Amino acid sequence: MWAEFSLTHAWLIPLLPALAFVAISFFLLGAPWLASRLAIAAMSSSFAIALGVGWAVVSQGITVETPFLMKTVWFSMPGLSIDMGVLVDPIAAMMLFVVTLVSLMVLIYSTGYMAGDPGFSRFFAFMSLFAASMLGLIIATNFLQMFVFWELVGLCSYLLIGYYFYKISAREAAKKAFMTTRIGDFGLLMGILFLQILFGTLDFTELAAKVPAFVKANGAATLTGIGLLLFVGPIGKSGQFPLHVWLPDAMEGPTPVSALIHAATMVVAGVYLVARAFAIFSVLPGAMTVIAWLGCFTAIFAASIALTQREIKRILAFSTISQLGYMMMALGLGSLTASMFHLMTHAFFKALLFLGAGSILHALHDKADIFEMGGLRKSMPATCAMMGIAVLAISGIPPFAGFFSKDEILAAAAHVSTPLYIAASVTALMTAFYMARLFIVAFLGEPNPHNHPHESGKSMLVPMGVLAFLSIVGGIVPYAFGFGDWVRFGPAHHAGIDWGVASSSTLIALAGFGLAWSVYGAGHKKSDAIAQKAGVLYTLSFNKFFVDELYQWLNRNVLTGLARILYWVDIHVVDGIVDGAARGTGTAGSMLRRLQTGQMQHYAAIMFVATVALALILAFTAGAVAGGGKL
Amino acid sequence: MIGLSHYLLVGAALFGLGMFGLLTKRNLIAVLMSVELMLNSVNINLVAFSRYTATDAAAGQVFSLFIIAVAAAEVAIGLALAYAIYKGRGTVSVDEIDWLKW
Repeated sequence: MWAEFSLTHAWLIPLLPALAFVAISFFLLGAPWLASRLAIAAMSSSFAIALGVGWAVVSQGITVETPFLMKTVWFSMPGLSIDMGVLVDPIAAMMLFVVTLVSLMVLIYSTGYMAGDPGFSRFFAFMSLFAASMLGLIIATNFLQMFVFWELVGLCSYLLIGYYFYKISAREAAKKAFMTTRIGDFGLLMGILFLQILFGTLDFTELAAKVPAFVKANGAATLTGIGLLLFVGPIGKSGQFPLHVWLPDAMEGPTPVSALIHAATMVVAGVYLVARAFAIFSVLPGAMTVIAWLGCFTAIFAASIALTQREIKRILAFSTISQLGYMMMALGLGSLTASMFHLMTHAFFKALLFLGAGSILHALHDKADIFEMGGLRKSMPATCAMMGIAVLAISGIPPFAGFFSKDEILAAAAHVSTPLYIAASVTALMTAFYMARLFIVAFLGEPNPHNHPHESGKSMLVPMGVLAFLSIVGGIVPYAFGFGDWVRFGPAHHAGIDWGVASSSTLIALAGFGLAWSVYGAGHKKSDAIAQKAGVLYTLSFNKFFVDELYQWLNRNVLTGLARILYWVDIHVVDGIVDGAARGTGTAGSMLRRLQTGQMQHYAAIMFVATVALALILAFTAGAVAGGGKL
Repeated sequence: MIGLSHYLLVGAALFGLGMFGLLTKRNLIAVLMSVELMLNSVNINLVAFSRYTATDAAAGQVFSLFIIAVAAAEVAIGLALAYAIYKGRGTVSVDEIDWLKW
């Protein structure tokens, strides 16, 4: 009953938060309490419907091959007809569940975290719109519908990262996020246009039917180019190298925003797009290779930066980039199941990590450097315990959630490519190291005497508790109930645990913990000495491999030069043509107006001469035809 | 015997005189009078053609009457303009009346 209702009313899932956004921004800006409760109520309803959709998918046997489709014509003109509708398959259902759940938890958490902020209502309005855009993206039936919500997600990230708009750094970060992702969106839009030209449709199910035949008939070369263009969008949105630069700066927003961006809404949109268009990508081995290697490189690259960062949210940001690289790599390896599984577990523990970081920042009044924290386990025991769970989960210690999903990715890598498997394992080692480093430095050790931390309130701890619970069971339960039978592409994916891979990855994670303990367990002296010894490597990692500086340099030197050339062309060629046309008309006019003397007798004379001339012409031509005038 | 061509010759002579006056006279009143001459030459032509080529219809004569009526109106306005210009500018010389340009 509920399942049936939810399935046919799945469009309510994005609509309810969107309505909450409208209601808050038009009527409730002055009523913070009501605004937050309305946002939470809307999100809870969406969550309830998402649960119903999930149940319907299971009970009605909706699979990836036979999705639930409901669409209506959005607009149509000759040669182009675009639908709008709802597409629910197990992948979308899983995403709906994760996004509504995490958004709900973040919203509840925010009532405590944002309490007393002057922009409280505005915050809840934007958060609702953010979740609504993401949910709309999930149920899109075609590329254009998805692109609209994709851009909405980008807009909301801009609004929320720049939430503290009176801070210059926040404004800059918001602009950076928006423009960096715009670069990716341009590629995506080009890819979508090419798809429309080539296939005459943007519908996911229709494309899935047409693409394999097209590849068989014409080869994969053209389509690989289009696939890579499409992939540029996810590179921007999901923070893949080289467009990852916006993600660490996005930390300028309030911490719940970071949690939402990193866990549920923004960055997984790219991964989800690739998964949704997997029918296209899976027949393009060239594009798949690029995705796998780029994902792998991003994973190891970001992890190596996270090793040396000092700000707690920055460490988590690079960790997110790294984990997104994992998901992309899994997609590139052809294992949609592993990627989506990791997306889900990552959403749980990364949201928890960010909410935990927010809890710490709240207690320490925004002191973000982990080396200034120290000994928080005594003053914040609940936060400490839940962060510990999240650290274990992200590092892949059994039986926490991350273990199962990471194991699937590593197993997929081990089957396909040894270099990728080794790189992924090294990333896993680094992940365990920097997460343990964060935990040891912030929670263990001697308390910093300048801090007077206090445990956060219930409204913050309860959502964290829910996420902590999911970080524990979010891996083993789906695994036990056959996640891979539902969320898959192609034949069902019965990934038993590859014990060799599993045990080695667990050992690697433990080794990472041990290494971190040996360096940071004894205080800061030893780590400083190692940093000294590592020299160049440390500098590179600490400065994020100078990618930002490279972009700055490119911007200053290359882009400005190019702009100067284009400016010259604009002034002298484009404007020259326009100005020339105007000047030519003016000159002709000033010459012609000499003919207009104002002397009435001149006009009369001209008229007379012209009439005579006309009469003569008529007389002679008529004479030539008819053989003589009549008179 | 006086035929059609005689009337036409008179009309043409009258038209030529009117045109000469129109192009050469400096006085605005004289120019208006020249225009009247040209209109009357046209009337002669119309009546003559009507009389000699379409004897059963009176179209030419009716046209002439219309032209006389219109010419009367035109002269009334023309003289009023001439008077207004003279009052405003102190001249009725057409080569000085050249400000209706650009």
